[in-house]
Formats: sequence, C-alpha cells, structure tokens
Amino acid sequence: MKLIPCPLNGPRPVGEFACLGPAKPMPADDAAPEAWADFAYAEDNPAGPILEWWLHVPSGTMFVAERDTVTDTMIRTLWPADFRAAGGRP
Amino acid sequence: MVFALLRYGLGRRHTPFRVLPPTPATLKPSYDVVVIGGGGHGLATAYYLAKDHGITNVAVLERGWLAGGNTARNTAIIRSNYLTPEGVAFYDESVRLYRRLSNDLGINTMVSERGHLTLAHTDAAMRTMRWRAEVNKSLKVDSEVVGPDEIARLCPELDLSRDKRYPILGALYHAPGSIARHDAVAWGYAMGASQRGVEIHQGTEVQSLEIENGRITGVVTNRGRIACGRVVQAVAGRSSEVARMAGLTLPIRTVPLQACVSEPVKPVLDPIIVSGSLHVYISQSARGEFVMGGATDPYALYSSRSTFEFKEVLMADMLELFPFLGHARVLRQWAGMADMTPDFSPVMGLTPVQNYFIDSGWGTWGFKATPVCGLTMAQTIATGTPHPLIEGFRLDRFSRFAQLGERGAASVGH
Repeated sequence: MKLIPCPLNGPRPVGEFACLGPAKPMPADDAAPEAWADFAYAEDNPAGPILEWWLHVPSGTMFVAERDTVTDTMIRTLWPADFRAAGGRP
Repeated sequence: MVFALLRYGLGRRHTPFRVLPPTPATLKPSYDVVVIGGGGHGLATAYYLAKDHGITNVAVLERGWLAGGNTARNTAIIRSNYLTPEGVAFYDESVRLYRRLSNDLGINTMVSERGHLTLAHTDAAMRTMRWRAEVNKSLKVDSEVVGPDEIARLCPELDLSRDKRYPILGALYHAPGSIARHDAVAWGYAMGASQRGVEIHQGTEVQSLEIENGRITGVVTNRGRIACGRVVQAVAGRSSEVARMAGLTLPIRTVPLQACVSEPVKPVLDPIIVSGSLHVYISQSARGEFVMGGATDPYALYSSRSTFEFKEVLMADMLELFPFLGHARVLRQWAGMADMTPDFSPVMGLTPVQNYFIDSGWGTWGFKATPVCGLTMAQTIATGTPHPLIEGFRLDRFSRFAQLGERGAASVGH
C-alpha cells in the first residue's frame, strides 16, 4: 500500500488523502478575465517536480507537497505558512 | 478460394504477412506535413491527408513503436451518447466511420455492436440519463432510458436485486455501442497511409521545434532536422510536453487511467456495462476476457504503473453488479496516461502558432474518436480552417469561457 507523508500524522495510506491540484500564484483581485481563465484552466503539467495542495481528509490537514510526477514519490511537504513565507501565494 | 486456402495451409513455405511498412533508412530534408505521434489519431490524420486531400509528402514521427501508447491501452469502446450537441455530432460521425472501417481499410477491425448500458443507481443519475437521451434523440442518435425489466432482458447476468447499497433503477441504452480490435484500427490506417506514399518513422523522437515569427519552420529529431510546411501533434499522454516545445500551455493534466482483463471464459456478457456511480465499466472481448476499468487515478502522474488500491476499489464495485465475477482471476493489468481537460472535451484544431495544429486533450475518450479525428484534423490541416465538427473544441474556448461540459457523459467516476 502506498504511503503519503502527512506533516501532522506521519505516513498514512494514500486513500486517506485528496490531491487538490497545483499550488500556483493567484491573480490580483482586479486582474483581467484572461488572467483568471489562465489561473483556473491552464496547467504547467510538468513531467518532474510539482508543488501541489494536499488534504489529509480524516484529520482535515491541509499542506503543500512537492512531488515528482515521473517517479511517483513525495520530495517534501510544507505547512501553508512556510509555503507563503517562501513566496508562494495560496 | 477453398483450394487456395487449403494449399496455403498445407504448404511449407509461408512468407510473413507484413502489415506495417519498414521505417525508411533516412528522413527526407523536408515534408509538407509532419505528424508527431504514430498512434491511431496521427496515423488516421496521415491517411485522410493522403486519401482525401492528395497530400502525400507526409512523415509520421513516432518515438517508440507504432500504436504502442494509448492506442494499445484503451478499452476499445465506441459510442456517441454524449451530453453536448457538439460532442454527440462529433462522436456519432466516428460511429458511422467505424461501421465501414474494415471495408475502407481492408483489415478486420472486428467492430462488434453490443449495445451500451449506462446504469443509474440514484434519482440524480436517472435525471442525467433522461437529459442525455433527449439530447441524443434530437440529433438522431439511437439512445433511450430503459427500466429494470428491459435491462434484465438485455443483460440477464446483472444483479438487479433491490436490497443492496446501489440498486439499479434504470439505464441509458445506446444500441450502437460497440467494441473493436484497437491494434487493427491503427495498423489499417498505417497500411492505407503508407500505400499512398506517407512515410512512417518509428524510433524517431522529436527533441525540439523551431518557431520563428509565430510559424514553425523545422522539427529537430534524434535522427536529424527536417523542414516542414505544417505540423500536427497527436501525442496523447505527452500533449503538454510536446506543446511546451511549441511555446504553448494547455488546459491539460496528465493522469493515469488503469484497466485490467480477466482470464478468458465462454461468452456470457453481450452488452457493454457502465456504472458512473460505482465507477466501473466492463465488456467481454472476442477472446472471452472481461475487460474492466474504472475512474482515473487520484493525482497527476507520468507513469503507466498499476496499483493495488485501484483494483481493490474496482473489484468491490464490480462484484455489486456481477457477483459471479468473484470466481474470475485477473490475467493482465496496465495503465495509460490520460490528458484530462477541465470540461472533459478534447482540444483540437488551430493554435497561436500559425502552421502548428493540435489534436490533444483525449483524456479517457480518445479511441472512439480515432476515425473522425483523422478525418477532421486532415481537413483542418489541408485547408487551414477548422472542420465544422471540431470548431467547438478550439483551444481558446477556455479564455472565452465557452467550455463544452461532458463530465456527465465522458467516462465513469468523474
């Protein structure tokens, strides 16, 4: 069974998690519709490392994870506050 | 005929039957059209370019071997009971093309009309089925909502008892629903295209694309550079990576879709059965194997690995429908990489790069569209304007907020 490292609960079965998609900067509130369309639909979809929002469903723990989309391995996890401090806007 | 067959059967010298032409030793310095991707879609596009438009100076570039990607990894279901008028009209043209494909290509594609039942287990699902049936009927597609009595007649093997978690309330019945021999479809198109002069280059990887002033001028491969008039990419599972070389960002996330087959048994299951609520679909192939699949994986991945988690969930739900499958063992398992779009419709046609065309976003619904994709992409490339059937699938529909939502009909479990 595949295990995902939850920053709060340690390694837990993958079935307990939901992947919420890429963590990317959000446009400004008054940005043009094209910028919002780009934010909502366009995807880098890289073959390699990607930053994503993950949720550990039973405990409601939200975190950011860096994952390799080729090797199917987790590289590291970050708390949202640390992700923001490192420059990523939620 | 009979004697010729007998003589051939008893003879000792058999020359191998060569369906596919060998890869030419060298690439030409220039082609009118370069097709990136030697799967069903790319080969069909090359075939119709040569057959319908007389464009034969065409190279199909395939990184691996012919039709070894998602053309070999789907579950070979053909149907047109979609939800949007654009989707229904497009896929129905494909159903019509599939019906005469064996004759057109001169190879047995084994298209077998089985009937297609999409089961509904809740009132909400019944409502979607009625909606789909009305859209389908208005476009002259054979599609209707049926009750449990009719389901029992069409598929007596289904467990229709009411005292379970997801009792079957009704179904959308689509009589033209079919399965086919997917390899033969690709081989047939490859054969037809190469007979008309198209070159098929296997083991040829595209490494970069040369773009100047909004036009593509060259394709760099591991076997050298070629100049090109027009280029089309048809690389399901790698669409974002190839489009990136052309400077394009697509509304696509690549997610594995897993499937498996059971050991072969006598023919017992005639129709194709799908359940959106239970996230499963199943049909019995001509070989007797039950071909089974479910929802896509829960996160993006460029890998065709199989997982235990997938089969655990799939089989639990499958046994709800067919308890007798508890005796069947899994024979093979595999996965394909599905390029999922936000609205579950493909991305086809023109791109911001003037002479670069795209055939992508084929998520979990690509095989059934193979013939119509080839037909419409060939015309789009030849004329430079999108074929009327694919206008709605344009790349810029997302920035114009004009999506074509097929979530309720594209697949299962979405």
